[in-house]
Amino acid sequence: MLSFFSKPRIRGGVHAEEHKIVTSTQTIIRNFPLPQKLYIPLQQHVGKPAEPLIRVGDTILKGQLLAYSQGMISAPVHAPSSGTIVDVNDYPAPHPSALPIRMIVLETDGKDEWLPIKKIEDPFTLPPEDISLRVGAAGIVGLGGATFPTAVKLNMGRENNIDTLIINGAECEPYLSCDDRLMQEQAEQIIDGIRLMLHGMGTGKAIVAIEDNKPEAYQAMQLAAFNHQLIQVIQIPTRYPMGWDRQLIGYVTGREVPVGCRSSEVGVTIHNVGTAYAVHQAIRHGRPLVSRVITVSGGAISRPMNVEVPLGTLISEVFHFCQINIEQTARIIMGGPMMGDALPHSGLPTVKATSGLLALTANELKNTEEQPCIRCASCISVCPAGLRPLDMANNIRINQLDAAVDLGLKDCISCGCCSYICPSNIPLVQYFKYASGEVAARQQAQHKSEQTKRLIEARQARMERIAQQQYEEEQARLAAKAERERLKAEQEVSA
Amino acid sequence: MIITTVKPSSGAHIGANNSVSKIMWRVMLALLPATVFGLWCFGWPAINLFIITVLSALGFEAFCIRLKGKAAKPVLMDGSALLTGWLLAMTLPPWAPWWIGVIGSGMAIILGKQVYGGLGQNLFNPAMLARVALLISFPVEMTTWANISPLFFSQSPSLIESWHITFSGLDAIDANTGATMLGYIKTEFSQHRLLSDILKDYSAFSHFLGWSRGSLGETSTLLLALGGIWLIRQKIIQWHIPVSLLLTVTLLASIFHLLDEQHYVSPFLQLNSGALMCVAFFIATDYVTSPNTPAGQLVFGAGCGLLIFVIRTWGAYPEGAGFAVLLMNSATPLIDHYLKPRIYGRDRKGKPLEIPKS
Repeated sequence: MLSFFSKPRIRGGVHAEEHKIVTSTQTIIRNFPLPQKLYIPLQQHVGKPAEPLIRVGDTILKGQLLAYSQGMISAPVHAPSSGTIVDVNDYPAPHPSALPIRMIVLETDGKDEWLPIKKIEDPFTLPPEDISLRVGAAGIVGLGGATFPTAVKLNMGRENNIDTLIINGAECEPYLSCDDRLMQEQAEQIIDGIRLMLHGMGTGKAIVAIEDNKPEAYQAMQLAAFNHQLIQVIQIPTRYPMGWDRQLIGYVTGREVPVGCRSSEVGVTIHNVGTAYAVHQAIRHGRPLVSRVITVSGGAISRPMNVEVPLGTLISEVFHFCQINIEQTARIIMGGPMMGDALPHSGLPTVKATSGLLALTANELKNTEEQPCIRCASCISVCPAGLRPLDMANNIRINQLDAAVDLGLKDCISCGCCSYICPSNIPLVQYFKYASGEVAARQQAQHKSEQTKRLIEARQARMERIAQQQYEEEQARLAAKAERERLKAEQEVSA
Repeated sequence: MIITTVKPSSGAHIGANNSVSKIMWRVMLALLPATVFGLWCFGWPAINLFIITVLSALGFEAFCIRLKGKAAKPVLMDGSALLTGWLLAMTLPPWAPWWIGVIGSGMAIILGKQVYGGLGQNLFNPAMLARVALLISFPVEMTTWANISPLFFSQSPSLIESWHITFSGLDAIDANTGATMLGYIKTEFSQHRLLSDILKDYSAFSHFLGWSRGSLGETSTLLLALGGIWLIRQKIIQWHIPVSLLLTVTLLASIFHLLDEQHYVSPFLQLNSGALMCVAFFIATDYVTSPNTPAGQLVFGAGCGLLIFVIRTWGAYPEGAGFAVLLMNSATPLIDHYLKPRIYGRDRKGKPLEIPKS
């Protein structure tokens, strides 16, 4: 009974209308017309931005390294097509702020010509370190949306005692079906990628977890994994946010990751199916990550689809290809409708994290007319992190940010369940993101003022020391003078 | 072509298909069978009182919203004032005069809700606050219980007669009124009679159906329970409060009834009397004034059940549901403070979990 209360297998969550069927039943479109210009951000991952090693005017081939990774946590960037570099400059980022970040602009030559590739005969003869080295060199990052450099995670796998690799095929966000389609169409390649990852991590077994609303993907993956005893494919309940790594780890292994720890510390690493596919491409075919499958959907899209798009393609071109209905578009979202970012406009590039591009109509959006909280506690019951969103929001509203932090503000994962369920349309996640930013800014300001105070105190001490020194010197000088005069007087007397 | 959209915000961008007014309307729908039954049982005077109470609740709400300098209509549309008036009317003696309804609504809306800042801010359940205040202030009117006199039957007052009853008071009080079951038992106990004697004519079945004297909408255990179960199935309310409340009352009543069946009524009579069903499903489950975690709700329900039993059994009032709810309302912030969900990756005290040693 007590264990029932303390560790339910699934905590919270919601079941939103899926809207997946419009895209999940058609094969991935692979003939996306090559854009004339690609805008390739130097930072498409968690960590430090990549450093460009090309110059404006260079002619390059598809797959060529454009910018190398720097620092421990970073990822390189490769050319998504062949052509000429025309600019390395600041352009608006695919982020709600659309603030400028550094990008390489590539003018394509239409040939889409690959760099000559050296194939490896049997990657399983390679030492495990080599696998992560190659994965890192291919610029692979977590393609579920977290964009953490995959090689770093593989290394962590070797360094810690990882016993289970979980492959996240939950794809719990509504509308999105790119992972679903990938599993249906490229199951063999994904399984191969998983085997390579296991080899690279030195880990015993892998579990592929797929939500039970994707029976075709499950069957395809199970068939592909049939001959590989180390890889188990399981179905998990359909419930957002099942794809949250902690939720999945809890459901699959029964383990809970303590606050402030990485999942590797409880013996688990989690990767997305798209990442496994990218690993296969990189190791077997030597192809770096230069394109990805994106779900393009939403009520304002006339031809919803899953489409493979070169990284750096402008969102507006993707929408144009999928025949967007501009008048009906109320909001553009990168990612899923629960956690995705609303973008201010479509003149922004697609990046490694772009799993979905949605153009939603006003009817599909949540009503924004905010009403008073009636304490219905729906937000508490759906919160997968065990927080009390209504109390946090109440404190933030009256600017009691410290109280909100005490209630667990920093444990919020911004999954959006509370905002989704709230009958009063309170934008809870917005409150929490604001408060987190504000808390960070205040801490920074405090840090700065402390630093200033320290500097002032140090200066004061220095000035006092100098004054003291001068005083002592003066005293010494006077004493010496007096001594000299005394000697002189003595001499005069003796003379 | 570049498309520009306005007002970007954080997720979730989509929402569940629910709203405050939808919740309120469904609660009213659940109340409807018991209400219609009560109105039918007690005829035109009850209908008058119901309409007056609900309309004055809306009027007071509109007045307060105007004082705040806001437009009244959108606030009235959320249905909360209507529901408060409705619930209050359910708990009044069915033939009470018009001013009971008006004063009750005023206390519920103004003192019970708007002085705290409106919807969602109040500490006490507005309808129960008004009921208890009325009971203390006007004990005679609040304990004059009309006989069952269903509409379209001969003993039922006509529309014209009902206006007389509602607006200038009841003339032949003794002929038309009597005590509720709980009140009757309490009086007879003071005459040192035993239960087997008092309950000679008691029909458990008619009390279960609601064929008995009592508040306007509180008599029918059957219909109230059906409405409440429907609300649970609709996921408007959680099962925790009703179940723990009813279980506590049943358990305590059973224990005492087994110990001394001449002085303690049976659990079945407890469940079928007074405001118990209405409170268990519709009043104690009020979101605003009840705890917001399952564990807290279990405690809250059990507390209400315990207090109801204690007041009914040993208190001066025959029915204690209103007092019990108000007392537990005041404990809600405390319950919420101590019984909160465990944050992921932390222990109950908020410290990070320790890494399990393998």
